[in-house]
Order: sequence, then C-alpha cells, then structure tokens
Amino acid sequence: MTTTATKKQLHRIDLIFNNDDDCKEILRNALSRSDQEIVNEMVNSGLKGRGGAGFPTGLKWKLTAESKEKEKYVICNADEGEPGTFKDREILTRVPHKVLSGMAMCAKIIGAQKGYIYLRGEYKFLVPDLKKELRKFHDILDELGLDFRVEIFLGSGAYICGEESALIESMEGKRGEPRNKPPFPSVNGFKGKPTVVNNVETLAHSYTILKFGAKKFRDLGVKDSRGSKVFSVSGDTPIPGIYELELGMTVQDFVDDFGDGDCKAVQVGGASGFLVPRKRFGKTTIGYEGKLTGISLPTGGSMMIFNSSRSMYNVLNNYLEFFEEESCGQCTPCRVGCQQLLKGIKAVKRGEKPTSYLDQLLKLTETMKLTAKCGLGQSVANSFSSIVENFREEMIY
Amino acid sequence: MSNMVNLTINGIAVSVEENKTILEAAKHLHIKIPTLCYHKDLCVAGNCRVCVVEQVGNHKLVASCATPVAEGMEINTNTLKVRNCRKHIIELLLTEHREECTKCYRNGHCELQALSAEYQITNQDFIDLVPDKNYTVDRLSPAIEKDDSKCIRCQRCVRTCAEIQSVGAIAVAHKGSEMKISTFFDRSLDEVVCTNCGQCIVHCPTGALTEKSYVEKVWDALADPDTHVIVQTAPAVRVGLGEELGLGLGTRVTGKMVSALKRLGFDSVLDTNFTADLTIMEEGTELLTRLKRALVDDDPDVALPMATSCSPGWVKYIEHKYPEYLPNLSTCKSPQQMFGALAKTYYAKNVNVVPENIVSVSIMPCTAKKFEANRPEMKDSGYKDVDFVLTTRELAVMIKQAGIEFEKLNDETFDSIMGVGSGAGAIFGATGGVMEAALRTAYEIVTGREVPFDNLEIIPVRGLEGVKETTVKIEGTVEEWNFLEGAELKCAITNGLENAHKLLEAIKRGDKFYHFIEIMACPGGCLGGGGQPFPVDNEIRLQRMNALYEEDRNLPIRKSHENPEIVQIYKEFLDEPLSHKSHKLLHTSYVKREQY
Repeated sequence: MTTTATKKQLHRIDLIFNNDDDCKEILRNALSRSDQEIVNEMVNSGLKGRGGAGFPTGLKWKLTAESKEKEKYVICNADEGEPGTFKDREILTRVPHKVLSGMAMCAKIIGAQKGYIYLRGEYKFLVPDLKKELRKFHDILDELGLDFRVEIFLGSGAYICGEESALIESMEGKRGEPRNKPPFPSVNGFKGKPTVVNNVETLAHSYTILKFGAKKFRDLGVKDSRGSKVFSVSGDTPIPGIYELELGMTVQDFVDDFGDGDCKAVQVGGASGFLVPRKRFGKTTIGYEGKLTGISLPTGGSMMIFNSSRSMYNVLNNYLEFFEEESCGQCTPCRVGCQQLLKGIKAVKRGEKPTSYLDQLLKLTETMKLTAKCGLGQSVANSFSSIVENFREEMIY
Repeated sequence: MSNMVNLTINGIAVSVEENKTILEAAKHLHIKIPTLCYHKDLCVAGNCRVCVVEQVGNHKLVASCATPVAEGMEINTNTLKVRNCRKHIIELLLTEHREECTKCYRNGHCELQALSAEYQITNQDFIDLVPDKNYTVDRLSPAIEKDDSKCIRCQRCVRTCAEIQSVGAIAVAHKGSEMKISTFFDRSLDEVVCTNCGQCIVHCPTGALTEKSYVEKVWDALADPDTHVIVQTAPAVRVGLGEELGLGLGTRVTGKMVSALKRLGFDSVLDTNFTADLTIMEEGTELLTRLKRALVDDDPDVALPMATSCSPGWVKYIEHKYPEYLPNLSTCKSPQQMFGALAKTYYAKNVNVVPENIVSVSIMPCTAKKFEANRPEMKDSGYKDVDFVLTTRELAVMIKQAGIEFEKLNDETFDSIMGVGSGAGAIFGATGGVMEAALRTAYEIVTGREVPFDNLEIIPVRGLEGVKETTVKIEGTVEEWNFLEGAELKCAITNGLENAHKLLEAIKRGDKFYHFIEIMACPGGCLGGGGQPFPVDNEIRLQRMNALYEEDRNLPIRKSHENPEIVQIYKEFLDEPLSHKSHKLLHTSYVKREQY
C-alpha cells in the first residue's frame, strides 16, 4: 500500500504480521519457565483486551489460574462482528500460529486441556486452512508434551455472541444471550467451569510478549494504553486496510495519515463506539481510559472515516438499524431503547416530533448506559449521543 | 451456617448470608424494590431491569435481583438516578405493550399496570411501537390464549415451562425488535407439546397468557330455562377461591362457595370430591389387580409402576414425552371426567332429567381440564361429558358480576346425589393426596385394618417436596389378598413435571422401582394449579395445602370406600369397581403424541 508522502506518517509496527514462525521455540522456552513468571510477564506488559473492552489480559489469566477447579477452558473470541472491524480475520489468515500459541500458553498457565476458537459464522471459509494449521500445531504440542487441544466452533451470525458470556451460552447450545455478571467467566464460564475468553488479537499479542518480553511491548504506547494495536481502517480514506499502530495517537494524527483531506468525523470503535467530530480530533486519543489529557477512546480497532459528503443522520440511522436488529432482545433498555432511538430520529427528521425530542432521547441513552444488562446494551447509545450532540442540525434538517 | 455479609441499604445496616442478592437483603429491611422478571419459583433472569439500584462506587446501576451482596456494599434504592431510570424502563415496556387495560383479562391483576400506577406514568412521550409490530394472538387452544401484544418479554413463562415443567413448549425466538416468545415453528399452543397446565399463566405478570374463558357460555346456559345446569367443584377450588374474593390466604370457603353457586342459579351444586372417591375405588382396585397379575399370575405384560391419571397436564405430558410408559398410566378417567360421564347417565336418571338438556359445568383449579373436557373421546355418556370448565378465577369473576357479597354468605351444603365427598377426596387437591387417599382404602381392603398412621394422616406423602417416596409394608392380609402378605408397596409422589421427568428417567435407568406413583403436573398439586388465583409461590401453596388437610380432618367421613354415595352408586348403578359399566363410563385410553 502507498501513502501520500506529504503527510506525516504514523509509525507502522510490524509485530503481529511479521511472519516469524518460531512458535515451537517460543512455547518450549515458555514451558521451561514457571507459570507465575509468565503471568507476571503478562501483567507487566500492560496488555489489555483487544476486542474493545480492554480488560487487563494478565489479570484475567491470573484470576482464572487461581481457581481450584480441574476443568477449565480457553476460548479464542473470533466472532468479529463489530461493524467496521476486520482485523481478526486477517490475523487468523496470516498468522494463526501466533493465536494458537497464545491459547496454548494461557492453557498451560490456567490449567486447561481444551480450547475453542469461536469463529464468526461468516468466516467459515477460514476453516480448511485453520484446520490444517491446527493439525500442525497439535503435532508441536505433542512434541512438547503439552496436553492441550483446540477445536473450532462456528457461530451462527448473531452480533451479541461476541459478548463473552453470550458466546459461552451459544457454545453450550443455548440462545446467545449475555449472562448476569458476576459471576464472570473466570469463575463460571463454559459448562460452568473457569474460562478465559480472549480476542484473537489479544492472543496474538501474548505471543509477541512471550517472544520479546514485556518490556518491548510496554515501550510502545502510552501510560495505561501499552503496546500496539491492529486497526481496521475504512470509510473515506485513500488507503483502507489493516494497520498495526502504536496506541496513544491522537485522532488528528490518525486523520492526517489516513484521511482524504476532507475528513469531517471519525467513528472510533465501530457502531458501538463514539463519533469524534473534527473539532475534537486534537483532544482525543486512541487508547484505554486513563489519565491522558482530553478524552481517550478505546476501540476494538475499527476506525471509520467520514468526509464532508456524508450525512451523519444516515450514518446514525445505519447504526441504529443494525442495533435494533442485533440487540439480543432480552433486556428492556437495549431492546426497546434501540427501537425508540431509531424511530425517534426518523420522527424528528420528518417533523413528527419536535426537535426537543432529541434531548429526551439523549436522556434515554443515559438510562440505557446505566441499566442495560451487558456491555453491548450499555454501549449502543454511544454513537447516538456522540452524533446527536455534535451534529444536531444534521438530525433535524 | 454460611458466612454473613454486612452491607447498608439506604444507609441502614443489614447483615445477610453471603449468597443472598441485594433484593433479598432489602426485604430484610422491609424495603421493597419493584420487580417484573423476578419470580421466587424461578431462576434469576435479570432482564427487565426494573429492579436496578445504585451501588456506591459503581457508575452503572445494578440489577438487585441478580447481584449478590458483598461485604461493605453501599446500596441506594431510591435516588433520583434510580427513579428516573426505573420510570424510563416502565415507559419503554409500555411502548411495546398494547395498552387496553380496561379491556384486558388481567385488568386489576397486572403487575405492569400496578407498577405503572405506582410510578405515575401518566404521559407517554416515547413512540408507540405497537402499530408496527404485527403482534399475533393465539386463541386456538381450548385452554390457553397467548397475546403477544401484552408480552413484556420477561421470560417468566419460558423459565416456568422449562424449569418447573420440563416441557419447553414456549421459548424465545428471534432477536432485537423481533424478539418474541414463541412455539415450535410459531404454531398454535394447540398444536405443540404444551400440556395446558397453565403454569405459564400464573407466572405471567401481564395479560399475555390467559385461560380461554367460558364465563359467557355458562351465563348463557344459566339463563336458558330449558337447560338443567349442574356444577361440580374440584377440591382445590375451595381453598383458593377466597383469595380472589377478599378472604385471607388458606381460608376454607366450601360452604360459601356452595351458597354462591346456588345463588348464581345452578340447578344442582355437586362435588368433584365424590368422583375423587370413586377414582380411589376404581384406581385402587386397578392397582391391586395389576399387583395380583404381576405377583400371582406372573403376567409379564403388567405395567408397573402404575401411575395416577387425574392430572390432565401430566397425561398430555406423558403422551408427548414418554409414550412408551402409556401402559403404566391408570386407565381411570380423572374425577372431572368420571363426574361428567355419570352426570348425563346416573345423575340424569336419578333426577329424571333428559341428558341432552343437562349442561355440565366444572370449576377447576386447572386449565388443562379445559383441554381434557374437549378430548374427543370424552363422550362416553353419549354426549359431551363435561360441557364447560371454568377456573377458580373465572368463578370468582362470576360471583363478583352477580353482586354476591361472598364473605357475608352463610355456609350451605352440596346437593345430592353426587354431592358427598370424603376427606380422602378432599386431599386430592394436594400433592400426595391421591396416594394418601388410595392407601387409606387399599390398605383397608387388603388387611381389613386402617392404615397404620395416627388419625389416618400419612405424613410421609405430604408436603411440597418435589419427589417423595414411601414404602408401606402389608401385613395381616385378609384371605382374598393373602398373596400380598409381607409385600412392601413402594410408592413415589411428584409434583411439577420437571420432577415427573426426573422420576421417569430414574425408573428408565433402572435406578428406582415402584409399584405406584402419583404424579401431579403442577407444583404443590392442584392447589397450585394453573387456574388458581394470582399470585403464587411456595408460601401461598403451603397455606392452601394446610387448608385442604384441615378440610379432611373436619369431614365426618375420611375414607373413600365409606362414602355412602359411593356405596350407593356401586349398589344401584356400577355393580363393582372395574365392572363392565365402569369400564365403559369411568375408564379411558391414551394416544401417543409428537415430541415438539
């Protein structure tokens, strides 16, 4: 891919996709170290979940390892369904061995013999290659004497199954609906057993950490947002695609590099994320919540760029149509809230409701954030509030 | 004793066991947190979100029904933030809900309506979603109606059908705005595995699931001068009806109920307890006959254990789920259907009324009885044996409509014939009651002595426990039954179909062997039936149960075979148990049904 030379270019990292296939060596080396040592390494790296929620990975492994249960599971969450995200597919296509190595290491530490890749139904085409890769990988595990096997579980197309407890329900043959938490999967996961659910990219990063050590990972990024991240860049950009970049950049830096020169807003984190308008580009960084200046936005990697030709009403309408359909439907604020938001902006646009109705809907989004049962329900209103607050006139006229 | 956890709710300190939820802890402090999807009988769903509360230190609100208490937790249940969110949630539910309260079956008994009133939801600013919903109403079943436009998706019915009943006739289908409670391929409840038990109705907070009402048909019959309208009342009705009519839980209203039914204009007010006694005669004899065939004749085709067949929900369940055990089901009709068959034969002859002019009504704690009365084979009298089945709730409606001040009524007694019931008949309404009644009679037939329990009360078969077992050793038999000398009669009793499922699986695996099993579809037996007043939980079931046993203790006759009307009917009409005539009128057969 080419970039315009006149623009400032963000530093491209090449940790995830470089094709170093030395997982046997890395696993052998890791097996010679104590579990505690590796957990510490993971904790020290500062790696946080790359699916978007950003839970510290080392801590997740540690909590699950602490359980005395004999039966435990590692699940790789490959139900990549967030609109605008397509990096996990790429990782599984190009460097699946890194993901598998991460799973094996996690299994060793927590004491699991069984792992699953929960693969998005639409990614069925990846199965033959993944199976080939699995056979090779299982041979390596046998050689190293590690009692661990990975199976592929195909999802059936519900967005909500990317939420870890809904994913587990779905694997158990039930309807994919989020569970009440606590208990979390680290205590009560697949089949009621302690389970680690990690995003594809998170597991691939754990391979990097095992290979190069926590320090190299920590050196990238900023405080509270360590390491690099794979971004799925789409929308009004001359160079759409997958990019591994350091965390902690401002949206301005990002737009300077990837925008088409006419960038109006960037949706960070997919449909469930936030819209950043131009006036906030400089003040908004990409990373996890922490003590950065201005706002820091987490993301599973989706960066959608909109230029001035785009109607933000249409963008929001599109997101809400998605959620109205993809809410699992069990909890009131999410199921009915999504319908009300969608119908509400249409009614305002058509003049059937006064413009002040938008303020009422903003209050409703607050209730949705506060009371929805799962992370999806709590975040669906993010795009609504950030778009309506910043592009109110586009909602009306 | 588990560990205690200290927390504060609205600034008040409370100490509760560590596995309790915030909702339960609040109850200790007499703080009411509103709920909709929560029900004591069911697992926690946490999906309606009405019970959200504020937890200090957590920006988000938490569902109090689903959140376990933790040491040092500070909870606030009545802050502005909580109240605003709750109001929003109620408003949202109302936008999906067809609001026609004044025309709704559950008007006055609806939890959504009550909550909406409590939170003074007077203006509805959000958009009414109902017009775009294409809601369907299923009225095809003779027992249960399902109106999706009243549904709030709390899934109480789904959990009831799966957890309590192990049936799974209703489940969640689709997602997002299309999410609904549906059946196999969205078929009518009439065409799926539904047992018509009505537990979904008593667990539904709104009018989404209701019984099919026959109140108007009964009013029509009562108004018709050419018909002779008779009514039978099931044992459990007399300990539930009072709840609907302003009397306290567990009040026995037998006399007032009879009085009210007479005022409503029924030509004859009779008692299902009579045919409950008759069931004991027939079923008890059937059991002894099966035992004889097994023990004396070595007949390999005898199906044991023999299972009771009084609960039509259970009968349909076994027809769907365990058809291989249909030979084990007693061939006896339920008391309701025995009554129906006799009403248009024996009774008609006795009171000298043309059977085709008789309208036979039954008051049942049950919705499955509506289905049962409509089974095509239930026409052994030559007519439809039971014309209309009303639930306890429907009877209460009629009494209110008639302007009867129920609590002021004097006690009256049942008419005759078919109006005398024993205490054994009365306890049919409680789980274990049929077993106890059967043992009181069978033991005496076989040994010539009363059952060896104080005051005839067979305590091991009583109570709300899901599966109960008892073994009765038979000693000192009379000559005719001496092949049973020394035998140990193994019995089991279950209530709630999930427990029936467990028991049958244990029998299937060979883990358990019994001679006789009593199975009731509903938790607690008929007293917890799908036609009983709202609401229900184990405390309420227990009160009704105590009332039934009190009824038994207070009756002059406590054993079915001593009921003079039973003696009379065998003498004048049926000859003897399992006679040709009783086979024709009192026994039935079953069909294998689909699994879905």
